[in-house]
Amino acid sequence: MTVNQISIFLENKYGTLSEILGFLSEENIRIVAATIADTSEFGILRIIVSDPQKAINIFKKHNVTAYLSDVLAIICDSASGSFARTLSYFTKAGLTIEYMYSFSIDGKSLLVLRTNNREAALEVIRRQNLDSLNENDLLKL
Amino acid sequence: MNEYWQEEFETMSRKDIEKLQLERLKQTMELCTNSPYYQKVFKEKGITTDSVKSLDDVQKLPFTTKDDLRNNYPFGLAAIPLKDCIRIHCSSGTTGNPTVVLHSRKDIDEWANQVARNIYMVGTRDTDVFQNTSGYGMFTGGLGFQYGAEKVGCLTVPAGAGNTKRQIKFMIDYGTTSVHIIPSYATRLAEVMFEEGIDPRRDTKLVRLFIGAEPHSEEQRKRIEQLLGVKAYNSFGMSEMCGPGVAFECPEQNGMHIWEDYYIVEIVDPITLEPVPDGTYGEMVLTTLRREAMPLIRYRTRDLTCILPGDCPCGRTHKRLARFRGRSDDMIILKGVNIFPIQIEKILMKFKELGSNFLITLDTVKNNDEMLIEVELSDLYTDNYSVLQKLASSVTRQLKDELLITPKLKLVAKGSLPSQEGGKAVRVKDLRKLC
Repeated sequence: MTVNQISIFLENKYGTLSEILGFLSEENIRIVAATIADTSEFGILRIIVSDPQKAINIFKKHNVTAYLSDVLAIICDSASGSFARTLSYFTKAGLTIEYMYSFSIDGKSLLVLRTNNREAALEVIRRQNLDSLNENDLLKL
Repeated sequence: MNEYWQEEFETMSRKDIEKLQLERLKQTMELCTNSPYYQKVFKEKGITTDSVKSLDDVQKLPFTTKDDLRNNYPFGLAAIPLKDCIRIHCSSGTTGNPTVVLHSRKDIDEWANQVARNIYMVGTRDTDVFQNTSGYGMFTGGLGFQYGAEKVGCLTVPAGAGNTKRQIKFMIDYGTTSVHIIPSYATRLAEVMFEEGIDPRRDTKLVRLFIGAEPHSEEQRKRIEQLLGVKAYNSFGMSEMCGPGVAFECPEQNGMHIWEDYYIVEIVDPITLEPVPDGTYGEMVLTTLRREAMPLIRYRTRDLTCILPGDCPCGRTHKRLARFRGRSDDMIILKGVNIFPIQIEKILMKFKELGSNFLITLDTVKNNDEMLIEVELSDLYTDNYSVLQKLASSVTRQLKDELLITPKLKLVAKGSLPSQEGGKAVRVKDLRKLC
């Protein structure tokens, strides 16, 4: 029910994203989702890739400090109201959403989210019978 | 114009100065035998008051360093009972302990006299209004100038540091004529005046500044004079010697007279520690001649300067020091505050989230001197923004508490700073223009 996400601290080291993305494309790793957010102080790149373990090894080889964490990747339909309803399951369970990124395609929406309580979030997914991705699904995307 | 605060001392013949120095050196050595530190050192080296028969014999005496003061923290160099000491001043330490300097009542009076002599020398009188923009508290520039200006009889405005608009208001409202200020702040003051539409020549009564606590060029001094319509005189002090008052420019503005009735000054090669001739740059070594709570023998100041040869037209016979060229250690001076890179390193190393590579950059931004510290993260342990931001604030706060200035802190990716070349990390980049 969770997928691995790789985070990379960007400040000062990488002029452009393309350098990092280049390391991955050289070795045929696909990027499923990506986001960068920054404050005025620093920026963090988060990516979900088709083979996170291989990606971590590639980054190690290139001296890039990368951090592996897990996030929820939920699929819901992209009808209006779906998104709000799905999120409300989490907030009603008392969880806060630390960050989230999402997009819709072909009538479906992919929501990547990180809450403040992994176990409670997994419980919400089970109880509400939400559709979610796991590592194997990623390889198929 | 020359009017002397103490004509007899200021214009004393070289022969009489040297005679006075030898007599006072012997008294100082006698006093030192009461200090635990010097007692030990004299015994180890077989030194007694008889070891010094002429002024040249001062070279036989051992050097004293800042480390000696730190290693004997807090009172290991006290030469009189603590109950007879009336003040402690302390200055930045590098390994957790600051350097303590003790003062007796007589020390405080002599110190005030030194400062009075200096400011009187450049025309300050009891009709002047004196404003002190130095921090007070442990900074000797505060109380040191305060007591000296009061001794001359000035109307004193103990403004303390910062709050530029308020400083300007005092200057206008109280008719300030004389100011103690660090050169980088003087340019800032001028800038704010112009922003407010204040013309120092028309709207203030400023006549003279006493500038010091940080190295600055002749060009910077002239610029300050031109911006504010004043004369700016270079002032040198050091807490270990008392504070401000050690050396000062006369109206000639060509070298600072160092008061040889108060100190024996030597200039030595910083490596060999052998004396160098007048006119050659070296490290200044000072021996106190009047201090009784904490006399110091051959104290290595780490300041690089030289003796300007020749007589001064002002008639004062005490030697003149050239503009300081730098330090023979790694101390940084920012906004008049002394900082050692190791103080910064010590704090950064406390945080396991931070790596061991960091870079200090000093620069002048809009007339304000600033310090930027870039420090690498250790392996990214979190990708949570608020945790990283809290880390940055926490590190900055601890740095501010230790350094007494607030640096800009930037977290950077591991491996992004220039790596150590040949084992010695380049820790400090000073981009400030000495104008």
